[in-house]
Amino acid sequence: MGEILVIFFGGVLLNNFILSRFLGICPFIGVSKQVETATGMGMAVVFVMGVASVVTWMVEHYILMPLGLGYLRTIAFILVIAALVQLVEMVIQKVSPVLYKALGIYLPLITTNCAVLGVAILNITEKYNLLEAAVNGIAGASGFTLAIVLFAAIRERMDLAPIPESLKGFPMALITAGLMSIAFLGFVGFRLKELFGVM
Amino acid sequence: MIYLKAVLSLGLMGAVFGLALALAAKKFAIEQDPRQDRIVEVLPGANCGGCGFPGCSGLAAAIVAEKAPVDGCPVGGPAVAAKVAAIMGVEVGAAKERKVARVLCQGSSDNCGSRFVYDGLSDCKAAQLVDGGAKACVYGCLGLGSCVAACSFDALHMGPDGLPVVDEEECTSCGRCVAACPRGIIQLVPAAQSVTVLCRSYARGAEVRKTCKVGCIGCGLCVKVCPTGAVTVENNLAVIDPAKCDACGKCVEKCPTKCIVMKGAKASADALAAS
Repeated sequence: MGEILVIFFGGVLLNNFILSRFLGICPFIGVSKQVETATGMGMAVVFVMGVASVVTWMVEHYILMPLGLGYLRTIAFILVIAALVQLVEMVIQKVSPVLYKALGIYLPLITTNCAVLGVAILNITEKYNLLEAAVNGIAGASGFTLAIVLFAAIRERMDLAPIPESLKGFPMALITAGLMSIAFLGFVGFRLKELFGVM
Repeated sequence: MIYLKAVLSLGLMGAVFGLALALAAKKFAIEQDPRQDRIVEVLPGANCGGCGFPGCSGLAAAIVAEKAPVDGCPVGGPAVAAKVAAIMGVEVGAAKERKVARVLCQGSSDNCGSRFVYDGLSDCKAAQLVDGGAKACVYGCLGLGSCVAACSFDALHMGPDGLPVVDEEECTSCGRCVAACPRGIIQLVPAAQSVTVLCRSYARGAEVRKTCKVGCIGCGLCVKVCPTGAVTVENNLAVIDPAKCDACGKCVEKCPTKCIVMKGAKASADALAAS
C-alpha cells in the first residue's frame, strides 16, 4: 500500500508531468483558456493514460519482451495509444454526445500528447508491475489535470488584468507556466517514502 | 529471423487493433440526419450563439429536430433562412425585421463625470461590482468595452469619447453585446428605427441634471411635440414606440438635453441633404 501511495503522490506532485518533467506542454498551453475545457481535457487524459498504462504494460511484457523486441517499444506503444484514443472517441461519441462535444478536437489530440507515451515508457524503465503501472498512469494524468486546471484558473483571471501589450497572450502564459513550475519544485522536499513508511 | 518477428508482431498488433476499431466503429456507429451537415454549411459559422443554441451546429441539430424555426439564425437573415428552408423542404415564414444593436447612452467623460477613480479589472461587470461602478450616473455606460470584446463580428468599437460605437452595417443582431453589458445599455432595435432615446436613466430629472449633461430628464416636451403620439415618458424616461414614429424629428429638435437623436438611414440622408 505504501509503495502505491508513494507512486501516486510522487506522480501528482513531485514528478508532475507538466511542471517537472515538461511533457504534454501542447495541450497545457492550448486548452487552458477556460477551467471548464481544461477539466474536460484532464478527465480525458486521466482515462487514456490509465488505460494506456495497463495495455502498454501488457504489450511490453507479453509481446515485446518474450520476442526480444524491446527496441520496437516506442512504435508499438504509439500504435496502442492511437488505437485506444480512437476507441475512446467512438465510445464517448455514442455514450455521451455532450461530453464528446465539450472535448471536441482535444480528444483525438491526446494521441499526440507525449505525456501518454512518456508514462508508458516510464512504467517500463521504472520496472513497475501491472498495478503500479496503472497507478502511475492515473497519478501522472491527475497531476496533468491538476496543473492544467490551476493554470486555466490563473489565465481566466489574467484575461482581465492589465498586462503590457507585448506580453499579452502566450508570452504571459509561458511566464506563468514557468513560475508554476518553480512553485512545484517546492514539493521536491517531500520525503514521501518516509511519510508512507516505505524504505 | 529477427526482422520477421518484428514485422509479424507489429503487423499482427496493427491488424488486431484495426479489426477491433472496425468492429467498434460498426457497433458505436451514430446515425445522423444528413440534412444537419448541409444546414451547418449554409449557416454563417461564427458560432455566436445569437440563436440561443450552442453554436451553428447546435442550431442545425435543433432545426433538423424541428425544435427551432428555419429562420432561427438572426445573423444570416432571410438569405440563410431561404437556404435552410430549401434543405428542410419547407416555406420560410414572413421575413423578420432586421435589427441592430444600439448603445443607449451618450454619457462620455465630458458629459457625465465619475464618483471615484476605478483602477480595477478592465471589465464592465467587474467595475459594476465596485460600489455600483465609478460613473456618476448609475445607469450610464462604464466605458470599459466588455461589449466590444463580446462582439465576434467586428461591429463594435470604442469611440474617441470612451463610448462604444456600433457599426450598424456590420451588426448582425446576435445579441452578445446586449448580454455582456451589466447595465443593459445596449439594446436591439429595428434597423429602420431612426429616432432613438439615447439614455437609460430612470432617475428623476433633478438628479439627472446633476450627473449628466445629456441624460433624459423626463420633462415631457417630446411627448407634447410629437404629432403621432409615439413618445411617452415612463419612469422618468422617454420611450418611443417605433410602430407609431414617423421620424419627423420634432422631438429631436425640441429635446433640451439632446438625448433624443436621429440615427441610421434617415440621419445619413438628412446629413446628405444638408450638405
